Amino acid sequence: MDNVKPSVLRLEDITMQFGGVVAVNNLSLEVRKGEIIGLIGPNGAGKTTAFNVVTGVYAPTNGALYLNDNLIITNYPRGKMKEFYQGENKGKYTKSMILSPDRITKMGVARTFQNIRLFKDLTVFENVLIAKHMNIKANIFSATFRLNRKEEQWMREDAMSLLRILGLDKNKNDIASSLPYGKQRRLEIARALATKPSLLLLDEPAAGMNPQESDELMHFIGRIRDDFDLSILMIEHHMQLVMGVCERIYVLDYGINIAEGNPAEIQNNPRVIEAYLGVDE
Amino acid sequence: MTKKTKTICSIIAGLVIAAFIFYVGEEVSSSSMLRTVLQLGTIYALVAVSMNLLNGFTGQFSLGQAGFMAIGAYTYAVLTIPVDKKANVYYLYGIADSLADVELPLWIGIIAGGLLAALLAAIVGAPVLRLKSDYFAIATLGFSEIVRILVGSSPFNRITNGSLGLNSIPGNPSYYTPFIVAGICIAIIVLLLTSSYGRAFKAIREDEIAAEAMGIRLSTHKQMAFIISSFFTGISGALLAMYLGAITSTTFPIMLTYNILLIIVIGGMGSVTGSILAAFLVTAAKEWWLRFLDQTMMIGDFQVPLLRTGFRMVVFSLILMLVVLFWRKGIMGQKEFSWDGLLNLFKRVKNRLWGNSKKGGALNG
Amino acid sequence: MTTTALFQYCLAGISIGGIYALIAIGYTMVYGILRLINFAHGDIFMMAAYFMIFAMVDFMIPWYISAVIVIISTILLGILIEKFAYSPLRSSPRMSIMISAIGVSFLLQNLATYLFSALPKQYPSIPLLNKTLTFGEVSTSVVTFITPIITILALLILMAIIKKTKIGMAMRAVSKDFETAKLMGIEINTVISVTFIIGCFLAALGSMLYFTPRPSVFPLAGSLPGLKCFVAAVFGGIGSIPGAVLGGFLIGLSETFIKAAGYSEFSDVFTFVLLIAVLMFRPTGLFGENLAEKV
Repeated sequence: MDNVKPSVLRLEDITMQFGGVVAVNNLSLEVRKGEIIGLIGPNGAGKTTAFNVVTGVYAPTNGALYLNDNLIITNYPRGKMKEFYQGENKGKYTKSMILSPDRITKMGVARTFQNIRLFKDLTVFENVLIAKHMNIKANIFSATFRLNRKEEQWMREDAMSLLRILGLDKNKNDIASSLPYGKQRRLEIARALATKPSLLLLDEPAAGMNPQESDELMHFIGRIRDDFDLSILMIEHHMQLVMGVCERIYVLDYGINIAEGNPAEIQNNPRVIEAYLGVDE
Repeated sequence: MTKKTKTICSIIAGLVIAAFIFYVGEEVSSSSMLRTVLQLGTIYALVAVSMNLLNGFTGQFSLGQAGFMAIGAYTYAVLTIPVDKKANVYYLYGIADSLADVELPLWIGIIAGGLLAALLAAIVGAPVLRLKSDYFAIATLGFSEIVRILVGSSPFNRITNGSLGLNSIPGNPSYYTPFIVAGICIAIIVLLLTSSYGRAFKAIREDEIAAEAMGIRLSTHKQMAFIISSFFTGISGALLAMYLGAITSTTFPIMLTYNILLIIVIGGMGSVTGSILAAFLVTAAKEWWLRFLDQTMMIGDFQVPLLRTGFRMVVFSLILMLVVLFWRKGIMGQKEFSWDGLLNLFKRVKNRLWGNSKKGGALNG
Repeated sequence: MTTTALFQYCLAGISIGGIYALIAIGYTMVYGILRLINFAHGDIFMMAAYFMIFAMVDFMIPWYISAVIVIISTILLGILIEKFAYSPLRSSPRMSIMISAIGVSFLLQNLATYLFSALPKQYPSIPLLNKTLTFGEVSTSVVTFITPIITILALLILMAIIKKTKIGMAMRAVSKDFETAKLMGIEINTVISVTFIIGCFLAALGSMLYFTPRPSVFPLAGSLPGLKCFVAAVFGGIGSIPGAVLGGFLIGLSETFIKAAGYSEFSDVFTFVLLIAVLMFRPTGLFGENLAEKV
């Protein structure tokens, strides 16, 4: 039905095993261009781990990851994992290609963190400006001796305009850790947007927000998807936000994908209800 | 303060400092304490700023500075000792044939010192920078000791003169040399720190994982910081050799690194102006103002207790402990000197001393 | 090399290795509990030597009582340092407490220079320990002979404490997970104090064994041995006590044989090269454990 929209992100049989614990078990999911996809599940279900695999923080134990239909990450159980591997699809993957997080960001994938990881002692402006560094053409000598004045100037203008769009321009010289919580979350998003991503991963963007803020965030996410031409994958616990803004939702429980579908389907799925609320004995 | 006023203030301050240096250079006798403090302080200011670049700004806790200073110092000395003095210096082991006729201009010696230090940092850095912070500290410490021992060891006898060390090292061609060299180097470091790469370094210090998520490749940036810091540390080693005139491997023990660490902790890890300020303060206090603590003092027939040789350094160590425990940010913390900051400081002191003219009330700003 | 000479060198190697092992245990235990490299540990070892001189030479106390005094004073010194320099910084960033440890090392060295002068001071001889023993063609002094025995004994007793007593279990819990151990009601301060007590006890012991056959002590005498013992702890796996002992013996032996081969200049270089090699190829050492950070 939706095969008109090109694939932006595709996870295929991604398994992440730490020692004896399988945190993510055989997860396959897809984000197509312009979609807002939700990833939900009880605490500890493996959602942030999945994010960490996508962003290169962890190399998956098994499986493959495609960005815009290009294979960029794949791995299979090696070394000690050969014996200990408890996941599925052993033997299906035979190559190993892993990337560091900075490479993946350069490919257009940006993320925010569950526990805000701002550059705490730097100013709001610096936080966003640093995200511009990855595309710098000048080498360290040119930059030091100011041979790249123009480049520096447009980096600053870019950063400033982002701050204005997110309503943080008045705080540009404030120290990041001095901002109220809601603005810190906005700054995290501004910083991620400054890397000019095509895919944005939001890890619990509404954490700690009241229903009104959560509602504003819902509209905000829709807006930035349109204004910045993004595809979005979002981990969230605020069900109203998820159901309100996501077009499709994947549900994770103990690392396994137990359901997939649009908000209506998910809300009525008995397995999902059981995962969140438990079963009556 | 308007930008114009600030610029005028900075220019005036710069002229005053230059005039002061000039005055000390021309009018004050060459054996005075003030001159010593200024020259030695400048050298320490350069090491401190380069150590701060790596430790304070990029967050890589390195304890290898003494080793890199040794490399810079020895390189400078080996390349610049006058040919006619070489026989005297290397009297025991003889000089290596390739070096017998080498006598390079001083400024080449200085830069060579920096380059060799940087080269070594490039070689050692790649594997070592991957280590966790405490392990990295110990690895750099170990490396510093390896350098110190090797430089005085017998295989190098004909180059470094082994355990005898080198002397007859050419000194400052002019009183102004250390100021000029250190000034240029510190200026370059400041330019680096205020560039995009400097911001990337600070990001790495703040949160490595977030920095990586922002597209900053950790390994290359850490290596750049390590190499550049070592380059300038090597140059300061060369300046030290110029100042001392004679060096041995015992000139560069781990204590030397600890001394510089003391300076950057007191000045504020993450502040260039703090390091410069602390370098002069610590040098002045150690070499000059606190010397009295080492002298036995008599008040009438009563000998003041505690005051005798070595007390000065004990006081120093206690001051360092106090700063570490109670004043972790040091003098400047992570901020640089600014005229606005200075004004605010005056305002706060004035309020403390004479109280606020508006007392109480929720409207108090 | 003749077998006699070989045996002689081996004995010397495990003897100095035993001393390194005793001190390495102190480093590894403190790191296991506090994740702190106690830079001051080598200088505590040095201060113990000065305490001995003080007791035996200045106060003419017989050696067996002096030994007890030294042990008690060293332990007190360690506890004081922990209380004033480390515990206030327990919730501060890691760099701060590391700088504090460096500061303590700096302070102790300067304090020793001030109190006892930078010139070497003669270490009193304990006649019993300096007696020569002969086994066939091999002759050695009592102290060289009993050092490895004391080390192994200390190791066995310590392992028994760790595995079989309540406080030992508490120490294992704290070194696995500091926060959770606290939440489980383990009295952290007690555990930390016990760790320092044991570490300083062994350092005092090692100090007496180390300096007895040596003529004198000087304020920086703890610096290099301290570093070497830390290398031993890293090699064995920081946090592992048997590892530290193994590391100590290894460094003692290699040092002795390198010196025997005529390369005494490089015995220390070897130790540091070993350090860097371990850190690069197997940073967790022989028996150490991996610590991961949650993202």
